[in-house]
Amino acid sequence: MSAPVNARYAIGIDLGTTHSALSYVDLEASDGEQTAHGVLPVPQLTAPGTVEALPLLPSFLYLPHPDELAPGELALPWNTDGDSAVAGEMARSRGATTPIRLVSSAKSWLCHPGVDRRAAILPSDAPEEVTRVSPLDASTRYLQHLRRAWDNAHPEAPFDQQQVTVTIPASFDPGARELTAEAARNAGYTSATLLEEPQAALYSWIQGSGGVWRKQVEAGDIVLVVDVGGGTSDFSLIAILERDGKLEPHRVAVGDHILLGGDNMDLALAHLVARKLAANGTQLDAWQMRALTYGCRGAKEHLLADANATTWPIVVPSRGSKLIGGSIRTELTRDEVTTFITDGFFPRVEAGARPATRARAGLTQLGLPYAQDAAVTRHLAAFLARQAGATAELEGFEGRVTSEHTFLHPSAVLFNGGVFKSGILAQRVMDTINDWLYMEGAEPARMLEGADLDLAVARGAAYYSYARRGGGVRIRGGTARSYYVGVESSMPAIPGMEPPIQALCVAPFGMEEGSELELPGQEFGLVVGEPVHFRFFGSTTRRQDQIGEVLDFWGPDELQEQNEIQATLPADGRTPGDVVQVRLHALATEAGTLELAAVARDGQRWKVEFDVRTTP
Amino acid sequence: MVELVSFAFVRTTAPTLSDSAPVPHLTEQSRMSTPTQLPSFWSRLSLAFGTFFKTVGDAEFAARVRDDQVGPIAAPPAPAPTPAPTPAAAPAPVPVQLRETTPDAALQLLTLLQREARLIDFAHENLAAYADADIGAAARVVHEGCARVLKDHFTIQPVRTEAEGARITLEEGFDAASVRLTGNVVGKAPFKGTLSHRGWRATDVRLPQLAKEHDATVLAPAEVEL
Repeated sequence: MSAPVNARYAIGIDLGTTHSALSYVDLEASDGEQTAHGVLPVPQLTAPGTVEALPLLPSFLYLPHPDELAPGELALPWNTDGDSAVAGEMARSRGATTPIRLVSSAKSWLCHPGVDRRAAILPSDAPEEVTRVSPLDASTRYLQHLRRAWDNAHPEAPFDQQQVTVTIPASFDPGARELTAEAARNAGYTSATLLEEPQAALYSWIQGSGGVWRKQVEAGDIVLVVDVGGGTSDFSLIAILERDGKLEPHRVAVGDHILLGGDNMDLALAHLVARKLAANGTQLDAWQMRALTYGCRGAKEHLLADANATTWPIVVPSRGSKLIGGSIRTELTRDEVTTFITDGFFPRVEAGARPATRARAGLTQLGLPYAQDAAVTRHLAAFLARQAGATAELEGFEGRVTSEHTFLHPSAVLFNGGVFKSGILAQRVMDTINDWLYMEGAEPARMLEGADLDLAVARGAAYYSYARRGGGVRIRGGTARSYYVGVESSMPAIPGMEPPIQALCVAPFGMEEGSELELPGQEFGLVVGEPVHFRFFGSTTRRQDQIGEVLDFWGPDELQEQNEIQATLPADGRTPGDVVQVRLHALATEAGTLELAAVARDGQRWKVEFDVRTTP
Repeated sequence: MVELVSFAFVRTTAPTLSDSAPVPHLTEQSRMSTPTQLPSFWSRLSLAFGTFFKTVGDAEFAARVRDDQVGPIAAPPAPAPTPAPTPAAAPAPVPVQLRETTPDAALQLLTLLQREARLIDFAHENLAAYADADIGAAARVVHEGCARVLKDHFTIQPVRTEAEGARITLEEGFDAASVRLTGNVVGKAPFKGTLSHRGWRATDVRLPQLAKEHDATVLAPAEVEL
């Protein structure tokens, strides 16, 4: 995973839930904070036999029936090795009419802890005869498509010799991060690093300002990044420090994984309008419903962009060739958009509001764990309250947070994601945050202008690739969580009760990339040839815990249990059944992943797997 | 008048009204009143698109469109506009250079307009049977889709940036292909006049690439739901 020496370009890849994109910085034409950059148009099938180069690659994979397409209709500008799966715009449009063959939201599946992410499980509702793919495989294909598009456009600068960054949600757990890195390796990315999307958005903003960003933020600022994409919402807090007279952004906190995005909003509106039509006796079939969702998105965008428009017409075209007689006309009103989107997804709640959760029914495991509360502002309130102490130990921030603060006070907000193309929604979030700040007597936060909402993540990733080579501003911060394994406490057993467990810190908060720590004092006996499982926990708030620290008690919000982790000692050179004493090492890799290793006294090491295959 | 006759001609194939209306007579009349058989709506549409591309791509053809007030469809077939009298030094008459355009690009554009805007469906509808409100609803689909196709696949800019109605002056040597003089066209440059239409120019065309085996004549595949 060494950085390529002869790179001509720094490449950034936004591997999104609904769209992917590739951006680049020309290293030879860039100097300091002045960068020459661009977005690669990605050739993709838009219809059978039709190839167009579009700035975004929709993250959809279509698995056609062998008889479905005429031969030669799947040709791309590069050799596809006879692979019949289609990625991109045609996959999306064709999948709309044949959903049983469409893989979508592979990224959300990649971080779904309840499924085996290497198993061929997508599309989840496909019939037997469809050859399914794994979430890992789908992500690999999108990355592969982008690599081939690059090699096709830049034969003089092969992809695997460039500096490459792939983005992930800040909320991804170590397992999902590792799977993303694995997908990149499988796709032929020899030296990709991972970057959190909200950081990428800030990098893009820094790059876009061309140096002026130093006038828009100052030391002591706390920037809240609110990133609401097509399928996920992601929050991060970045504090601005001053070191040796230079401004230095530090990422101090990341939010939880929230499966809630712009697509949910369009779907909510479509169901509203469908109910309205049903009340008038018009029933829509599945095909019309999708056309309606599409129409609702357009209507929503118009109504949210133009504060004076009161209604916007929606026409669901007929499916047959009789366009005029068969089309259904309806409309979306401002009141509906306000009620459902502005107040439904971005309600003006108090700072003490928390997202509603209800116990899940046992059968929901099969699908994606969508957020149960649709209110982005409530998730945001919970995030800021949980992180109230995020800056307490930070140099230059001492004493700024008092015990009267119920949440961390951001002083600037950066928006990202297509949802915020609507000034009304961005303003609603600003107003809500400023209400909270006002109630605690704080200055209102300001909105950072000039963000590029669609391509910021890809652009920021390219800038990060560039900054890693020493070219520009770097955001510091290290790992955003501390990690623990569960160990049984040595309390006497109480009948009918599970023995209480203690949490042993194996990786502290803020490990800088490239650093390795050894768990002191504690040795574990691993049985050769037998997998050993550990319960595994992560925390986004416990910043002080050092490696080796043992927690007896923790608050319900403080530690989140993750998938079990597993260490297996292969039998080579040892006798199965032998017990080997090992120490745990934590390593924050240059590539942006966390690794746990079991190291024997003789120096031999084995990787501890985060992604344990779950047997259903 | 032309529109009416053409409509009657198309209606001969329609099952309605044929008992009472003297259709054969009308058809006969249409044949007598026009020099050649009139093209159907559909073939007119296809002609219009072919002409569009030819006008964009072929300066000589565009000049013909500009010069004869009727349009290219009814233009006399053979004589291309002879360029300004050439010196008699030319040894032999230069053969007229006419370009053949491939139909692929036109078919591709039609495919896009059908897919995004349902244009062929719309053009094939008989508007007489519907209320304006219904037509308006469908027109939104067509308008929105056409606008999307134009935006995604062409960069179209006005030829003249001045506001329509403004007085403008055309200096000598102005580009006669992009500015058309009308009305009292006498004297010599500079010409002063009022801009009545800004004109449009495609500065970029971005049509998709096609696979070698792709059959462009299928403008929209038939759909069969299983």
